[in-house]
Amino acid sequence: MTPDRSRGLPIGSLHLALELEIPSDVRYIERVVEMVTRQCEQLAYSTRQMSLNVPVALTEALSNAILRGNREHLTKRVQVRCDVNRERLVLEVVDEGNGFDLEECLVDATSPENVVREDGRGLFLMAQLMDSVERFANHGNVVRLTMRRHD
Amino acid sequence: MSFALRKQGEIVVVDVEGQLIVGNRQELKQKVLDELERGEKKFLIDFSQTGYIDSSGLGVLVSLSKKIREQGGELRLANLNDDLKTLFELTKLDTLFQIADTRERALESF
Repeated sequence: MTPDRSRGLPIGSLHLALELEIPSDVRYIERVVEMVTRQCEQLAYSTRQMSLNVPVALTEALSNAILRGNREHLTKRVQVRCDVNRERLVLEVVDEGNGFDLEECLVDATSPENVVREDGRGLFLMAQLMDSVERFANHGNVVRLTMRRHD
Repeated sequence: MSFALRKQGEIVVVDVEGQLIVGNRQELKQKVLDELERGEKKFLIDFSQTGYIDSSGLGVLVSLSKKIREQGGELRLANLNDDLKTLFELTKLDTLFQIADTRERALESF
């Protein structure tokens, strides 16, 4: 059997990229989250980041894109781009909607009037769990999530 | 992902297996509302087998809590792992729900 010569090499210079496209159907979310977290696991991101930050923030971005951006229109697609290296993870979720004003939509979900609400926590959670959340237009409505690696 | 309901005394215990997210939250809501309509008043949701919860899942818990209270009932949560505890703390939902460390403690608290 040929020995695997790559074992033991430093992973510091590794860079992984993943691109996916899904229909506007929330049933795909769990699968996409699983594929992305698997990429990050290869770069030894912390358990907390893999079990909480990435799954929840990505689920929120995907669910916004499918439900609000594409309004569950099955002919419309959602693209997901994942770019991860040893230092940081960048996720981009692109829908075919008109976009939204991030500042305007981001509310404090912990205020006394909002904590009892059933909705309105999606963007708040993304902002809490990621180092940055950006929204811009570039061949679609893009939400970009960036998270630095924690040791 | 699935939801298992069983009766323990006069308490309806719901186990959330897998994720509680936008794709399945309606199923949980309907199952609990059906029990509420049948006259059940005491509910315990156990998260010992739960992965992660998104904002839709949290929203369903808030909604169920209101509906159960409106019918004169009670809702308790139990067995949140560290990630889920963080999620409840970040959203301050830990101040809205009665949360027990174990199923037994939750059952005793009714």
